[in-house]
Amino acid sequence: MTDSYEPNIIAFLCNWCSYAGSDLAGTSRIKYPPNVRSIRVMCSGRVDTSFILRALKKGADGVLIAGCHPGDCHYQSGNYKTNRRIILLKKLLDQLGIDEKRVRFDYISASEGQKFADVVTEFVNELKEIGPCTLKEVEQ
Amino acid sequence: MAKRIGVFICHCGENIASKVDVEQLRKYAENLDNVVVSKTHKYICSEGGANEIKETIKKYKLNGLVTASCSPRMHEHTFRKIVKDGGLNPFNLEIANIREQCSWIHDDRKIATTKAKKILRGAVAKAGLLESLVAPKVKVKPGAMVIGGGIAGIQSALDLAEKGHKVYLVEKSPTIGGRMAQLDKTFPTLDCSGCILTPKMKEVSSNPNITLLTYSEVTNIEGSIGNYNVNVKKKARYVDLKACKGCGDCAVACRLHDRIDCEFDMGLGKRSAIYVPFAQAIPPKYTIDKDTCLMFTKGKCGTGPLCVEACPENCIDFKQKDTEVNIEVGVIIVATGYDVLDPSAMNEYSYANCKDVITTLEMERLISSAGPTDGKILKPSNGEEPKSVTFLLCVGSRDETECSWCCRIGCMSALKQAYLLKEKLGDKVEINICYTDIRSFGKGYEEFYRKIRGMNINFFRGRPSEVKDNKENLKIDIFDTTTNKLFEITTDLVVLTPAIVPRDDADVFSRLVRISQSADGFLLEAHPKLRPMDTFTSGIFIAGSCQGPKDVQDSVAHASGAASRAANILSKEEYETEPFISIVNEDLCSGCATCISVCPYDAITLEKQKDDTSIAKVDETLCMGCGACVVACPSGAMQQQGFKDKQILAMIDAYAKED
Repeated sequence: MTDSYEPNIIAFLCNWCSYAGSDLAGTSRIKYPPNVRSIRVMCSGRVDTSFILRALKKGADGVLIAGCHPGDCHYQSGNYKTNRRIILLKKLLDQLGIDEKRVRFDYISASEGQKFADVVTEFVNELKEIGPCTLKEVEQ
Repeated sequence: MAKRIGVFICHCGENIASKVDVEQLRKYAENLDNVVVSKTHKYICSEGGANEIKETIKKYKLNGLVTASCSPRMHEHTFRKIVKDGGLNPFNLEIANIREQCSWIHDDRKIATTKAKKILRGAVAKAGLLESLVAPKVKVKPGAMVIGGGIAGIQSALDLAEKGHKVYLVEKSPTIGGRMAQLDKTFPTLDCSGCILTPKMKEVSSNPNITLLTYSEVTNIEGSIGNYNVNVKKKARYVDLKACKGCGDCAVACRLHDRIDCEFDMGLGKRSAIYVPFAQAIPPKYTIDKDTCLMFTKGKCGTGPLCVEACPENCIDFKQKDTEVNIEVGVIIVATGYDVLDPSAMNEYSYANCKDVITTLEMERLISSAGPTDGKILKPSNGEEPKSVTFLLCVGSRDETECSWCCRIGCMSALKQAYLLKEKLGDKVEINICYTDIRSFGKGYEEFYRKIRGMNINFFRGRPSEVKDNKENLKIDIFDTTTNKLFEITTDLVVLTPAIVPRDDADVFSRLVRISQSADGFLLEAHPKLRPMDTFTSGIFIAGSCQGPKDVQDSVAHASGAASRAANILSKEEYETEPFISIVNEDLCSGCATCISVCPYDAITLEKQKDDTSIAKVDETLCMGCGACVVACPSGAMQQQGFKDKQILAMIDAYAKED
């Protein structure tokens, strides 16, 4: 793997906790790698597994899904629903020969700007070790 | 109709423009699908920026707008209004967050500009598929609930009541008054705390718009802005609240008279098992403390409960049960206050094992003429007057291992108490104040500090390493950083100023109310500068120290602000909510009801059709717009407005694409 490889990450962030946490990282001027682009959804429970597969197929190397901490979901249980869904998806990814580490779920609250930055940094480093996602080649 | 999108890139002064090449970004946007015009402006949220957006919408016949600017959490409503004023449906707007999520995190201009392009690309892709939406309107139920009956809750309740709104004030202890009721004088004016608080407490009890629910706790909250449904548990007092005249004969008769530690006096005084917390309590009615009353702990009280014999009104009823009431309100103000850090675990202060090491609140009770010593300053160990008193500030505050924040009241309360001790004990008493910095930031505070500084009081700048109990007196080693000398202070009474911390149930409570906590555990405001009384949950506001440490004046200001914010909603008959609710494509729905099983709000029902099939129906007043049903739907019939599959997928594709 060349050092110049920069993984392309798409993050699905819930409006109430994780998107606000991501904003806080910016407001606090915390530095983290530029590899992530976020998609705001009202609740992490809105994140369909097909979104994740689509992202990997279209060229993303990793997908981050972040929601409110257990018990904190603005919509009561959306974070649990997504967490369960992602556990199943990871099993499927293994079957498909895609490293399950390419999909990452985290609980990030509105006050955890530092955690958001840490999660992104760690994820970027992990993906650099794994290398580019090969799923996109199938498409071509 | 093909989308005609205008892109506006904000410099945000230097905030964006210093890290992102906005001109390059503007040119990049011109070549994106559906974009017919791309402009930059120094501040698009300004009057000039808004006017230019409005003119551009008209000139280019735009039907969609993308701003590349700050977070949508900051200015989404501002920009929606501009789009609306420009003649478009306000939901034809997408915001590319290139400030919080780009320019503020990247120092390298090239990297930031590249990232900004990708972010903008995603926003434009989504904007190409946005649709006009109608924000649903909810009827606003009249009335507010204020949770917490300290000075903040009292102020909010009175303000709302004065505006003509019905208020339910819920307090978990037997009386309102909160922490302020425990104080003797308030800084910097030395107003008597009770003299300024008790008239407000009386006003609460006599105001026809206020229903007071003391000894009560919120157990459940459902609904949303304009329409909250709250369950409140009224704990059994075992005393008939209506009949009790507050004569106090029961407390005098109680077998445990003057044998129970009084919480209001911070354990320095005693009470009975049947009690009022303090003389001016509102309501002035007695309560049986189930945890100590012999009828509950032993199942019997001698030959019979003496309080029952003593009560002239037959108020006492040991069979009383907790009751639950359901209250509907339009808005809620949370004013649950703070806790004080228990210094017992910090062994160096010897608080747990030395009676003559007390806290600020304990000293407050000693100073108070209504306190356990009738206002005499006496050492708890032997009841003698101290010849030397030493204040230790920042106990656990501004301390990375305990609480990193400043308690904002410690310095001023110690200065105040030092002054009052000089007044009570005469100038002969030695007073030492060990401080980190003296923070006297409020109106009149610095002047008060200077006055105290001019008195015969010793100031040491530093934190002591240890408080040593010598039996006869206490010894403190302190390194004074103004003289660079180590001092050993011998003193009779040590007053600790512990950190102000969130309520110990703040996490459970914040979940119950569905609001967030900040990293320190206090309740999180929607914006620290511009929306300090709002929370992320519409219709729920915060007042006073539950949001962060505050003195009385700041609490009152915050509480009046929260009442004003709440009244903005209550003064409307209807309130516009977000339109991001789920809708059913009836042609695709097979009536499988999977959506119903995942909806947390029971907003979906099956509706029988003429041909005997069923389709899902969403009640738009109940749907909160989480989108769980959309994900669950196996046929793609369910979609979330503003977050449709095709809109999100367009964004994914734009982001995933290699450059």
